[in-house]
Amino acid sequence: MKLLYFAWVRERVGRAEEEAEAPAGVGTVAELIDWLRGRGPEYEHAFEAGPAIRAAIDKRHARPDAPIAGAREIAFFPPMTGG
Amino acid sequence: MAVRLQTEPFDLGAEVARLTEGRSDIGAVVTFTGICRNRADSGAELVALTLEHYPGMVEEELGRIEAEARARWGLADALVVHRHGRILAGEPIVLVVTVAPHRAAAFEAAEFLMDYLKTSAPFWKQEETAVGRSWVASKAADDLAAERWKK
Repeated sequence: MKLLYFAWVRERVGRAEEEAEAPAGVGTVAELIDWLRGRGPEYEHAFEAGPAIRAAIDKRHARPDAPIAGAREIAFFPPMTGG
Repeated sequence: MAVRLQTEPFDLGAEVARLTEGRSDIGAVVTFTGICRNRADSGAELVALTLEHYPGMVEEELGRIEAEARARWGLADALVVHRHGRILAGEPIVLVVTVAPHRAAAFEAAEFLMDYLKTSAPFWKQEETAVGRSWVASKAADDLAAERWKK
């Protein structure tokens, strides 16, 4: 699947997008975040805010317990500040 | 779907004229324009805002919010224009227009659109001041404002 990062999550991870395959056992958004945090200090830093980081699966807002099976694109970003 | 994303400023008068031209079934037009203040949240003088967005999702999310407003308040028409990129202090950022037979629906729907847009449309503001750039933190008051519309 494709992972996208925006705003300060993007800056901390150091890239805007990447391809990744989560290992078996990673079934939800929260589990995906836990797995990403173990990939390196930049990910640990990006996701240290934990539940404050928002996610979207295939361009729709997704809660931490949302299943990621079948997702083509998962995005992570800070709380939104438009308007 | 009357939702538009653009980098250039918009013309409020021209947008309203386009929405109301040739219509005699409407009794109310409400517009809201969000403008870039010259103060950062820290109090420092702000030069500009840069708005980052999630292409594709922004249009879809604004479309969902707009469709909900149209259905819930029986609007005759609605428009959301949101800019992205670098926006100087004093320039407009966002425009919401609601058109309805009566004013109550137009006022309420405009507030709903702004409250929901702020908390669910994927935009992120970065402030630019003399000392550098910093991301704007989300505000609890905005979440509360959106909460009140939950049925």
